[in-house]
Amino acid sequence: MYHTGNLVKELAEKHGRKRESLMPILQDIVKKYNYLTDESMVEVATELDISAAEVYGTASFYTFLDTQERGKNVIRVCKTITCSMKGKNDIISTIEDILKIRVGETTPDKMFTLLETNCIGWCHKAPAMLINDMPYTDLTPETVIDVIKGYMRK
Amino acid sequence: MVTLKINDQEVKVAEGTTVLEAAKQLGVNIPTLCNHPDLCVAGNCRVCVVEQKGARTLIAACAMPVSEGMDIHTNSLKVRNARKHIVELLLSEHRADCTKCYKNQKCELQTLANEYSFGEHIFLDLVEDHAYNIDRSSPSFLKDDSKCIRCQRCVRTCAQLQHVSAIAVANKGAHMKISSFHDRPMSHVVCTNCGQCVNRCPTGALTEKTYIDQVWDAIYDPDKHVVVQTAPAVRVALGEDLGYDPGERVTGKMVTALRQLGFDSVLDTDFTADLTIIEEGTELLTRLKKVLVEKDKNTALPMFTSCSPGWIKFIEHKYPHMLPNLSTCKSPQQMFGALAKTFYAQKRNIDPAKIVSVSIMPCTAKKYEADRPEMRSSGYKDIDFVLTTRELAVMIKQAGIDFRTLEPARYDSIMGSSTGAAVIFGATGGVMEAALRTAYELVTGKPVPFTNLNITPVRGMEGVKEATVKIEGTTEEWRFLEGAELKVAIAHGLVNANKVAKAVSTGKASYHFIEIMACPGGCIGGGGQPIPTNVEIRKKRMEAIYSEDMHMDLRKSHENPEVVAIYKEFLEKPNGHKSHELLHTHYIERESY
Ligand code: SF4
Ligand code: SF4
Ligand code: SF4
Ligand code: FES
Ligand code: FES
Repeated sequence: MYHTGNLVKELAEKHGRKRESLMPILQDIVKKYNYLTDESMVEVATELDISAAEVYGTASFYTFLDTQERGKNVIRVCKTITCSMKGKNDIISTIEDILKIRVGETTPDKMFTLLETNCIGWCHKAPAMLINDMPYTDLTPETVIDVIKGYMRK
Repeated sequence: MVTLKINDQEVKVAEGTTVLEAAKQLGVNIPTLCNHPDLCVAGNCRVCVVEQKGARTLIAACAMPVSEGMDIHTNSLKVRNARKHIVELLLSEHRADCTKCYKNQKCELQTLANEYSFGEHIFLDLVEDHAYNIDRSSPSFLKDDSKCIRCQRCVRTCAQLQHVSAIAVANKGAHMKISSFHDRPMSHVVCTNCGQCVNRCPTGALTEKTYIDQVWDAIYDPDKHVVVQTAPAVRVALGEDLGYDPGERVTGKMVTALRQLGFDSVLDTDFTADLTIIEEGTELLTRLKKVLVEKDKNTALPMFTSCSPGWIKFIEHKYPHMLPNLSTCKSPQQMFGALAKTFYAQKRNIDPAKIVSVSIMPCTAKKYEADRPEMRSSGYKDIDFVLTTRELAVMIKQAGIDFRTLEPARYDSIMGSSTGAAVIFGATGGVMEAALRTAYELVTGKPVPFTNLNITPVRGMEGVKEATVKIEGTTEEWRFLEGAELKVAIAHGLVNANKVAKAVSTGKASYHFIEIMACPGGCIGGGGQPIPTNVEIRKKRMEAIYSEDMHMDLRKSHENPEVVAIYKEFLEKPNGHKSHELLHTHYIERESY
């Protein structure tokens, strides 16, 4: 959990307080904290004079606007057909083994969250995954261990 | 004007008319689901598709404006097949257990299914695969997602009419649903329980929480003395659910029906509406005196009316800093409840523990209000059960009463007498008018200077109304008000209430007294009123209310003989000690999600 402090107010100043300001504000919060807390959504609603349910409704439409607590690094392994056929299951079980969590879970130290995602446009280099904004492609169980270990050292 | 053809008949309509409206003018019925005359076009259900000659695809009649030379067919093979598929697709995700459903025979989806989808269904039934949620948390209504067709009438209602948006569309694709903030229970979000969404939901997804069985149990229990009160707006709408056209007044027949149902005493909320006027009027004058004469900084003005529990919850969530501006008067329903188990019990010599107090309301928020922990000043739950106008109609049908042939009767006495001022409580502007009729006379000794006491500037369907009343010829006691201009405002529908509340909150408005009713049109358009409720029907009910007022012998609250008597015998004086104990309340700040 985090507290946004003045962030929501600042973002409202920056993006405006119109209905269409909602998306950029939510995106900026997620950029900074990886997910939206209840508190932050209520703050956004108050700033824009819309309801918290509307903010939640919008956020829940977008996979990348998480409304549940996420770790510092969010791993999203592509589950769509090409990556699936090129071995995403092995990638996932390798990650599950090193992080000791299952898909949908976050490590106790809040460093990693493991999720699946739909196609991220790297089908020609499948299997692929994202860690935060960074794509990793042509994955094998060996290379994915190196990638994750790299993040562990950061 | 635009000329077009619908089913080979020519019709001329104004530009901007939709195909649906044009068809209506010709008497051609096109089925709809997501469309509602009170709301903006959504165009999401596609049930209203029609064929336009020359167009590649079918068009949605509710969303398509007419254009010159259009050639529309509403009943071609292509249209019928498409409608059948659309209805069956909706049903494939719908838990259609109609015989157990509260909306059975009153459901728009069921009607369509009856017309378009009998026999084997062509699509797989997906209901079993969904983990649907039934939210029973609100004391006012149920939200059953397995009955929801996602037409979003409720979402548009809550946003456009009520500015609450307690519910919105969440998630996407197959998971898309109507959801509160994080899908929290409706009892724990900003929902005002107004029931406007319930009134507009075409299916059984949103229905009032019904207490019909509990009321029957009480009636059949020989140990219980069951009193019933009826709100002013019920008498001008109940007929609609019993085969009458909108705008028919059925007061006398309703009283007879209630007696035949077995209520021990049939009484009138109008009695406590009159009482509210005395209490609230006195409160207003006292506040004015404190502010104007005593320069008291702790007294809040303008004063907002407090008889609409949906409005109360709205301000508690949205403008908690203005709670001191709310009149402390309970709503007439709750005043009635508190007196039924004290004053009435004493007079009739009945043990209050044996009294079951039922109220018939145009409102679902009143169910919630009766459940508020503050509403126990008689030492018991002041109101035991609240039924909507619709539920009363159900009971009348259940009892096999032939409503049309009933002889009209009068209310019982002790809390059964009323005035025209109380009757108009049911329409927007009515509380204001009733208050002015009494307050003006109290201060000047003369009736309000309007023909036939009809204060027309505060009447009508405009969202926000304003009026100024100049006070002249005051009596000694009220000299400080001589020449003063009392500025009043009236808003109905929370979207309008919000405008006024915002103006007051930001210091942009300088009113003294503001009447707010949460529902469009006031209680006549309440969430518990017969379905459909729309602009035209609200107008008819409103006319009926004012005509009821004109037909009353007494038309000012302070002339109600039982009101005069209750002060003498029981309450002593307006805003006195006993009043405060029984008739006034306090409010709570609430969270904003
Ligand atoms: S909502 Fe309508 S169609 Fe569905 S079960 Fe109820 S009555 Fe039947
Ligand atoms: S709850 Fe009723 S009004 Fe709302 S989307 Fe579902 S079916 Fe439509
Ligand atoms: S009851 Fe009123 S406030 Fe609550 S969800 Fe329905 S329309 Fe909105
Ligand atoms: S299928 Fe995995 S990136 Fe497209
Ligand atoms: S009624 Fe026209 S699309 Fe729903």
